[in-house]
Amino acid sequence: MSRYTSATDADRAAMLERIGVQSIDELFETIPEGVRLDRALDLAPGRPEQEVFAHLRELASRNVSADDELSFLGAGMYDHYVPALVDSIISRSEFLTPYTPYQPEVSQGTLQLMFEYQTAISELTGLPVSNATLYEGPSALGAAGFLARQHHKRTRFLISRGVHPHARETLRTMSAGWGIEVQEIPLRDGVTDADALADALGDDVSAVFLAQPNFLGAIEDLEALVPGIKECGAIAVCSCDAMTLGVLRPPGDFDVDIAVGEGQPLGNRLDYGGPSFGFFAAQQAFLRRMPGRIAGETSDADGRRGFVLTLQTREQHIRRERATSNITTAQTLNALAAIVYLSWLGRQGIVEIGELMLQRTAYARKALAGVEGVELLHEQPVIREFAVRLTADVHDVIERCAAEGVNPGYPLGADYDEFDDGLLVAITEQRTREDIDRLAEVLGRAVAGARRARRPEEVTA
Amino acid sequence: MSLAETPQQRDRAKTIFEKSQPGRRAFVAPELDVPEDPDALPERFRRKEPPRLPEIAEPEINRHFNRISKRNFDLDTGFYPLGSCTMKHNPKLHERVAALPGNARLHPAQAPARAQGALQLMYELQGALAEIAGLPHVSLQPSAGSHGELAGVLLTRAFHEANGDARTKILTPDTAHGTNPATVTMGGYEVVKVGTDDQGGVDMDDLKANLDDEVACLMLTNPNTLGVFDENIEEIAKLVHGVGATLYYDGANLNAVMGRARPGDMGFDIVHYNLHKTFTQPHGGGGPGAGPIAVSGRIEPYLPRPQVVRRDDDTYDLDFDRPKSIGRLRGFQGNYGVFVRSYAYILSLGGDGLQEASETAVLNANYLLARLKEEGIGEHLPVAFDRLCMHEFVLSGAPMKKNLGLRTTDLAKRLLDHGYHPPTVYFPLLVDEALLIEPTETETRETLDGFADAIAEILREGAEDPEIARNAPYTTPVRRLDEAGAAKRPIIRQELE
Repeated sequence: MSRYTSATDADRAAMLERIGVQSIDELFETIPEGVRLDRALDLAPGRPEQEVFAHLRELASRNVSADDELSFLGAGMYDHYVPALVDSIISRSEFLTPYTPYQPEVSQGTLQLMFEYQTAISELTGLPVSNATLYEGPSALGAAGFLARQHHKRTRFLISRGVHPHARETLRTMSAGWGIEVQEIPLRDGVTDADALADALGDDVSAVFLAQPNFLGAIEDLEALVPGIKECGAIAVCSCDAMTLGVLRPPGDFDVDIAVGEGQPLGNRLDYGGPSFGFFAAQQAFLRRMPGRIAGETSDADGRRGFVLTLQTREQHIRRERATSNITTAQTLNALAAIVYLSWLGRQGIVEIGELMLQRTAYARKALAGVEGVELLHEQPVIREFAVRLTADVHDVIERCAAEGVNPGYPLGADYDEFDDGLLVAITEQRTREDIDRLAEVLGRAVAGARRARRPEEVTA
Repeated sequence: MSLAETPQQRDRAKTIFEKSQPGRRAFVAPELDVPEDPDALPERFRRKEPPRLPEIAEPEINRHFNRISKRNFDLDTGFYPLGSCTMKHNPKLHERVAALPGNARLHPAQAPARAQGALQLMYELQGALAEIAGLPHVSLQPSAGSHGELAGVLLTRAFHEANGDARTKILTPDTAHGTNPATVTMGGYEVVKVGTDDQGGVDMDDLKANLDDEVACLMLTNPNTLGVFDENIEEIAKLVHGVGATLYYDGANLNAVMGRARPGDMGFDIVHYNLHKTFTQPHGGGGPGAGPIAVSGRIEPYLPRPQVVRRDDDTYDLDFDRPKSIGRLRGFQGNYGVFVRSYAYILSLGGDGLQEASETAVLNANYLLARLKEEGIGEHLPVAFDRLCMHEFVLSGAPMKKNLGLRTTDLAKRLLDHGYHPPTVYFPLLVDEALLIEPTETETRETLDGFADAIAEILREGAEDPEIARNAPYTTPVRRLDEAGAAKRPIIRQELE
């Protein structure tokens, strides 16, 4: 079906004549006969807009979204409120439809938002330099691994088991051809085992990867963990949750070399996992090894302030096989959502929202610890997420809660064999005390129900 | 040459941080409705000084971003013939369907049983992409073209290693996008360049000379970055497979051939798609995009996990049980919001519409090329390879530089004063003073004529007074920027008091 094109039969005839050919087919004659498709694509015919809309609306209605249930799902992406202001600005054609700012004279809007975004990330992480984003969180951590691999010839990565399981797996995937062994540092009492880390460190360690807070929601003692990493000359990488950085000491306070993280919580939608962005900030020494686009300030021929893509000699289109990364673009629209959101939250708001999460999370943890059949998985300080153990089948409990319109959290067993009874519960500013009380009530009922349902099996076993 | 300053030029750039005033705010925090626990966070973990984010009220945030937005050129407003980027119209329906709460508000860790609509959409998109590329197995996971390339190189490694075959080199043509060689390095291989013949295709002698059992893969774009379909593709595939290597298709130029030819039928083992190019995800100032891959049967066992599958009971699921998989390339399931838009596009056009899109893209490119061969233009900007092109073509500005003393960049900057986004410039590298022009199918004949007329006018003007173009642009929010100075003394964040 003709859609989004304008050429009429008359246009086509005039254009073909101007080109000097008889037919459209003639334009494709450079394709050798042996590889021409001699049939139509086996896809349904095109449909009118209203039918496509109706079909997609029907598909979307089969998803249970965060609007359809009381959700405590987190595990890396969080249901924060996205202000209408963000939607309004990111919908603007001027931001939505251009490409990478290759022509800076007509791309100052994009370049300036990148510069502002970089400033905000630098402030949040306490690190002097930030790029203009990478694809998303886990691959940003992998990119830090590639930086380390290019920086020094060392053969081991150490990664805390508290780092997001997707990021750990992504690092393994990406490093397959790097000649670097990836070794996991276990957790003890919910946080990275400092003794195990000390034992594993050595002068062959290229980089060490930690998370703050870690995947179980626990706040890591970076002050204790980072110095040993620096002493052996390894690059210290910390994956962090930007929404906690109004309250938690930033990675820059601990001399961390590179901070990365998932950007979704900063004004981006859930979108079933993407698109979002990954942030990447570092110490000054790594500026010329940074992956990704970077906007810089300069002036124009008449002395006006302006912005350009800078330090491009790091990048693939110039440096080719010696580039710091193969990435071509930035997640600019997602970075825009982030800088608008961070401007909206503001200097006081980022602290207030962090405090609110801290207090409600503390309340929720106490409330759930009081539920029969629920105990804390660890007792470390937490700020926005915490882990519990259930004395009942976790999936059964989740199903029972779902039947009451509550999604109690993320089952840890999918990623941690040792915690197959674990449930990870996330709190945002959108979950009120009333919501938390309801979770405790529904979870209590579900655990009791699941335990009763399990009992006969145990007897026969 | 000088003009009076436009209002936009007079409006000197001020960042949002510079508009901040202590005490101003937009956010109103929800009330603390739980008893405050003073011991919730030990003091040693607590940040001492809040990050210096802007302090500013909503009206000013709104005005700031609206105002800077107007300092952008965008596709919705004007012609954007940026070669190899496929700047086609972004249908507004796509934004509406992506924003449906069932999509935009769906948590990525939602149980598959409660995300059946999303999984079905992904499964059907996989099927449609497989049919378009002529390769049976699709993973939607990679986040961009470059990420798809990395997936392809890692798949190649897994495939060879499973055969006990450690290889060290990957071939890329000298016309390739920079991402190809950069990806090869990230995948832990050595890059070997292959030359281009006088028709713009792979130099077959050079290819043969470089092919041996150390070669893991040849990465190709077809049609290539010169807009030329490589007529030797069948023989290339035979040679590459003959030494046991894989053949990788960079899908940057897929918009030329939908419904006319398929990479799978050409012998490619692995393909990546750029959903933000061919399948019209808005480019967003550089992103987001998505770079799904399709592979042949022998590569399938190594695809990233999880895979979206349909179970025997007709439900959809995420399959993690893939023991040979290279593993994850990123978190969760990929850029689902992009999948929704591209799926809407495929449904709207259908098979026949996609074919017509490619045909019109090629028609538009050849028409514009014919217009740019006219007297007054052609002698200054000859086509790099004089034959029918596919969806894009390359001109060389070398004669213009010699005849008129204008560089390609001068032409590009002067086009800005005419209200056009310039083509891709100085790429591909092997053409001197290159201009890579891709009009796409969604532009009218009148737009193409207007663009050709503007180029003719700039060249006429250049013959009279080349200084005008050399100092262009004049009407943009800022004029030519000092990029060298920016790189020499990098200022990459706002300094704050």
